Amino acid sequence: MNESEQARKRKKTLHIIFIIILIILFILFIFPFLLVVINVFKTKADITTNPLALVGKHGFTGKNFPKAMDKMDFWKVFGNSAIITISSTILTILVSAMAAFVIVRNNWKACTILFSLMVASMVIPFQVLMVPIVSVYGGIFNILNHRWTLILMHTGFSVSMATFMFHGAIHTNIPLGLEEAAEIDGCTRWQTFWKIVFPLLSPTIATVTIIDAMAFWNDYLLPSLVLGRKELYTIPIATQMFYGTYSTDIGLIMAALLLAMLPILILYLFLQKYIVAGVTSGAVKG
Amino acid sequence: MKRTTMKYKVSQFLMFAGPAAILFCAVVLIPFVYGFYLTFTSWDGIARSKPFVAFANYAAAFQDGDYWVALGRTAIYTVISVVLVNIVAFLLAYLVTSGVKGQNFFRAGFFIPNLIGGIVLGYVWKFVFNRAFVAIGSALSGGNVASPLSTTGGAMFCLILVTVWQYAGYMMLIYVAGFMSVSADLKEAALIDGATGWQAMKNVTIPLMRSSFVTCIFLSITRCFVIYDVNLSLTKGEPFNSSVMAAMHVYNQAFVYKNYGEGQAEALILFVICAVVGITQVMIGKRGEVEA
Repeated sequence: MNESEQARKRKKTLHIIFIIILIILFILFIFPFLLVVINVFKTKADITTNPLALVGKHGFTGKNFPKAMDKMDFWKVFGNSAIITISSTILTILVSAMAAFVIVRNNWKACTILFSLMVASMVIPFQVLMVPIVSVYGGIFNILNHRWTLILMHTGFSVSMATFMFHGAIHTNIPLGLEEAAEIDGCTRWQTFWKIVFPLLSPTIATVTIIDAMAFWNDYLLPSLVLGRKELYTIPIATQMFYGTYSTDIGLIMAALLLAMLPILILYLFLQKYIVAGVTSGAVKG
Repeated sequence: MKRTTMKYKVSQFLMFAGPAAILFCAVVLIPFVYGFYLTFTSWDGIARSKPFVAFANYAAAFQDGDYWVALGRTAIYTVISVVLVNIVAFLLAYLVTSGVKGQNFFRAGFFIPNLIGGIVLGYVWKFVFNRAFVAIGSALSGGNVASPLSTTGGAMFCLILVTVWQYAGYMMLIYVAGFMSVSADLKEAALIDGATGWQAMKNVTIPLMRSSFVTCIFLSITRCFVIYDVNLSLTKGEPFNSSVMAAMHVYNQAFVYKNYGEGQAEALILFVICAVVGITQVMIGKRGEVEA
């Protein structure tokens, strides 16, 4: 009795120590974000004299935020990022799930070749493809500077990984009997896929959506090579350009950085559980 | 039956896998092969003609001292970052699976840096190093302290710090999944048999989490090795090009100095390194399966 009580007490103190360590680490982790938030509401002079003060000598200012929003053309840029992210994600899911279905259910040569090439291609770093892509699609076909070009390229790059994940899901989770039953009832393969198989893939669809949408939203290098026109800029490109132009107006920079982070942070507030689950299962399977 | 005809097979394949195959070929396969061809030309990025130069680009790439320095620097950066990321991630995972109150909140919190793109993260940290570090340092020492980003060693240190901060939360999630997959019964059995907490961890939990370690280590190696976004926004390769990583060197070689052929040859060398790492991962992963 006495011993177990002692053990419980020890566990309790251990937990208190753990919580203290976690709180300290947590503050360290979000310190950069906190610093941005407090400095958004300060004047340029106050940020320069003391970036750590909660409120500057000149007091609270609400000017940085609207000014940065205006100069960055925030809603336009946000809209561009949203259109590109949403379209690329939907396209990736449709195209990859379809491909995975035919690959899993048939042992044709074309299926094996396509799947092996896709798996092998996952080790290719983007740096190897960027010069030829600019050369082919900029130099020969001249189709850069269109949203659709970027959307199709995003899809092409993520299709291997997504097909690989759908492949695993169909292989292990969709019973063949279900498909056979649907076909006896008169479904074509096309109908069987969309009515029976695709809805059953929803956990994998959620995982792929989270991983790819985050990757597309935050991607900088590929969009910066494809989208050269200002009216097509996405949030990462706009941030990079904004920094180049206004790097001396530090208050404005703080506001722009906060603006760039806010959409995904707000989304995280609501979808935190799903995002954490999606990223975990994506990483473990990939 | 109808299903065995060639026509049926082709139409089924094209209907389902056609779009994926076309996009994959257009964006990955064809550029990869075409890029290989480009390494044998001296294309300037504008002209229609791509003069054939045989192996001149490879010769130039092998003699490009800056490139090999950048590769070496990237290797050092990768090794230090990978070790630190995984130590921090493992400790975080241990703390947030120990059963303390609010562990889901902490898990979600440590993951936040991964939500935000490298460009934005780099600029946020640039502010932290240039302003907050300087303010704290100056207050503590009484004099003026220079930003760590302005010294050659400091810039590398900053890059590593940001990398650890950025990826630790992500790798933590994988280790958390690993911790949860180890059954509590096994740990209890070890403790009842007289093992200390540390012995149970070392001899039971960690060996059973082998696949988590393999995944995390290789994920962090491949990510660190091609670091670009944070490199661009945080240090831009400065001071004195002392923090130019391999990916940035390749980008500059091609798009800034317009040596497309040589840049592509250097990119291919990067690819070979990535492929070796990838193949090693598959081999180690397979060996693990046999043991388990």
